[in-house]
Amino acid sequence: MLSIKNLQVAIEGKDILRGLNLDIGAGEVHAIMGPNGSGKSTLSHALAGRDGYQVTGGEVLFDGRDLLALEPEQRAHLGVFLGMQYPVELPGVNNMMFMRESLNAIRRARGEEELDAVAFMTRVRDKARLVDLDEKLLKRNVNAGFSGGEKKRNEILQMAMLEPKLAILDETDSGLDIDALRVIAGGVNALRSPERSIILITHYQRLLDYIEPDFVHVMVGGRIVRSGDKSLALELEEKGYGWIEEEAA
Amino acid sequence: MSPTPDTVDELIRSGYQHGFVTEIESDTVPAGLSEDTIRMISLKKQEPDWMLEWRLKAYRHWLTLEEPEWAHVQHPPIDFQAISYYSAPKKKGDGPKSLDEVDPQLLDAYNKLGIPLDEQKALAGVAVDAVFDSVSVATTFRKNLAEAGVIFCAMSEAVREHPELVQKYLGSVVPHTDNYFACLNSAVFTDGTFVFIPRGVRCPMELSTYFRINEAKTGQFERTLIVAEEGSHVSYLEGCTAPMRDENQLHAAVVELIALEDARIKYSTVQNWYPGDEQGRGGIYNFVTKRGDCRGDRSHISWTQVETGSAITWKYPSCILRGNDSVGEFYSVAVTRGMQQADTGTKMIHLGRNTRSTIVSKGISAGQGQNTYRGLVRMAQRAENARNHSQCDSLLIGDRCGAHTFPYIEVRNPTAKVEHEATTSKISEDQLFYCRQRGLSEENAVSMIVNGFCKEVFNELPMEFAVEAQKLLNITLEGAVG
Ligand SMILES: Nc1ncnc2c1ncn2[C@@H]1O[C@H](COP(=O)(O)OP(=O)(O)O)[C@@H](O)[C@H]1O
Ligand SMILES: [Mg+2]
Repeated sequence: MLSIKNLQVAIEGKDILRGLNLDIGAGEVHAIMGPNGSGKSTLSHALAGRDGYQVTGGEVLFDGRDLLALEPEQRAHLGVFLGMQYPVELPGVNNMMFMRESLNAIRRARGEEELDAVAFMTRVRDKARLVDLDEKLLKRNVNAGFSGGEKKRNEILQMAMLEPKLAILDETDSGLDIDALRVIAGGVNALRSPERSIILITHYQRLLDYIEPDFVHVMVGGRIVRSGDKSLALELEEKGYGWIEEEAA
Repeated sequence: MSPTPDTVDELIRSGYQHGFVTEIESDTVPAGLSEDTIRMISLKKQEPDWMLEWRLKAYRHWLTLEEPEWAHVQHPPIDFQAISYYSAPKKKGDGPKSLDEVDPQLLDAYNKLGIPLDEQKALAGVAVDAVFDSVSVATTFRKNLAEAGVIFCAMSEAVREHPELVQKYLGSVVPHTDNYFACLNSAVFTDGTFVFIPRGVRCPMELSTYFRINEAKTGQFERTLIVAEEGSHVSYLEGCTAPMRDENQLHAAVVELIALEDARIKYSTVQNWYPGDEQGRGGIYNFVTKRGDCRGDRSHISWTQVETGSAITWKYPSCILRGNDSVGEFYSVAVTRGMQQADTGTKMIHLGRNTRSTIVSKGISAGQGQNTYRGLVRMAQRAENARNHSQCDSLLIGDRCGAHTFPYIEVRNPTAKVEHEATTSKISEDQLFYCRQRGLSEENAVSMIVNGFCKEVFNELPMEFAVEAQKLLNITLEGAVG
């Protein structure tokens, strides 16, 4: 479904990703862990097509298509979703309207009917319950004045609404207390399906107690230096990243 | 309000939409300004002597004035002798204009602008006065309005038909001594709209004037006067466009509003004069004096403006809150892009007790556009318990544009309260990326953020025009990013 080969990405001329390889099959959940600054967010932004992330080498195929040739919105239309580490505030833009525009833009691009107001409302209420998001937040402006946890819930709500094929969740767990973490993990688990692949970027193994990954990868210095199953995460928890960094050096 | 697929389609179309020229034979006087020019305008309009005298008095005063330089705008000096002060499409014969007699080419020009003058095709509930260069060419729904006692006609007609009303109110809010451009207008004004709503009448329709500059090298100097008697209500809208031309054209209008006891006037403007090209060639100089007088107790005047056009805009729709408990409001969206400059804002002059005013100004700058808010709130000595709240927000798109805010506050009564809030924000790359990641195009994202920013003002516009204004804004900002 997603195949990343020897991906190299620079920001402002500085090499950040230095030959990253990763294959993800349909329905799989992959966790990517690694120390701060190892390039996890860079990978997520490069996959989503953000300006300023210069691809200097390698290729990314998404369902056989050259993902790197596409604009960010085109990638979204194909079903790539990035739950951001720092969700952005959009003052003046109503949250519900934003989701509806987003959903309908994607549906239009796919040649599907737009969802009418009633169908949309039913769906958004339903999904808001999934992540236990206060309905009041739907009427507010996108992320404006939301707490850290509310922003993350709002991201998962959007994921639930857009039903992506590939969801990249960048540190969705950071800054959450344990209750919020459970709720969000519950939301993500409910969205697991044989057609949907998920990349979980996280710093802590804690999240993986709630969302059980099929594979765990460790990133250091812009490369994946070790892959395994979830026991790798437990090993990291025990020993820290130091030993892997030394090995990689 | 959300940008509909319709607006997205609009986005794909680009540039200034109203730049066409109507090839019509016109009666245009040679350029130049003198007492003779004024006598000729007055003669062409078959004006009574008192009107000519009024004009000449203004002209003589104007000769003693110098062009102001304080606005935050820059332009080469205007050569007032190079402008033609009167241009009218040639008519077959004289007499009152019924719609059947209007030149089909003119009807066609207004159709192209989306303003059908045919009453059957008109926007439901909206009466239109169409002003083409220096004259009013048609006024719709006059009969229906007359039945309600409402006078809605061209200014030149009002001078002839309703001299007692015109003499009583013209210049009573903006005297010819007020400022340079208002003084010039008083001397040479050609046409515009007169509205009179008698005591206790709620005007049954929206009234609107559509101003079109067509002829090259002419100035447009219209004069609008709206009088709302005790307890009456009226909502009025003006729209403006002009062809694309390489030279600058001057538009110096005066609008006076008078609200007597318990009267309400709502005045909305969607201004889309030709802004000039990306290099700053051509475009309209829009130097306008608009002022409302809340003359009676509990009267209410509300200005709403969406300013997207003109090379230079210089206007401050104001309220004089003379009556006790009177209310003034100013809601504004001003957009500048390319090389456009706008210096706009309002004056709220609180004279009466318990007077209240609200100012909401939204400035949007893109390209190299310069946007200035300039506002005065004055609480006079007698203005016991007067209140003002001002909110001035600026939104920047890109790095080369500018936003400037100059609030002036004068308080002479210790019980008066003035609150001023101002913010400046920028559409960030983060925001655009976030929207695009969710499947929205960059243009759709900008329009959504901008429409969100302007929501408070658009909510004040009559429904049909709010949609128009939103579309206009999207077209104006198309390609503004990147
Ligand atoms: N916009 C940027 N400009 C310059 N350097 C950046 C930028 N974003 C990230 N980097 C650098 O790229 C490296 C990887 O960052 P990031 O991908 O955010 O790591 P992680 O998410 O794993 O903590 C870091 O050294 C960081 O300083
Ligand atoms: Mg990160």
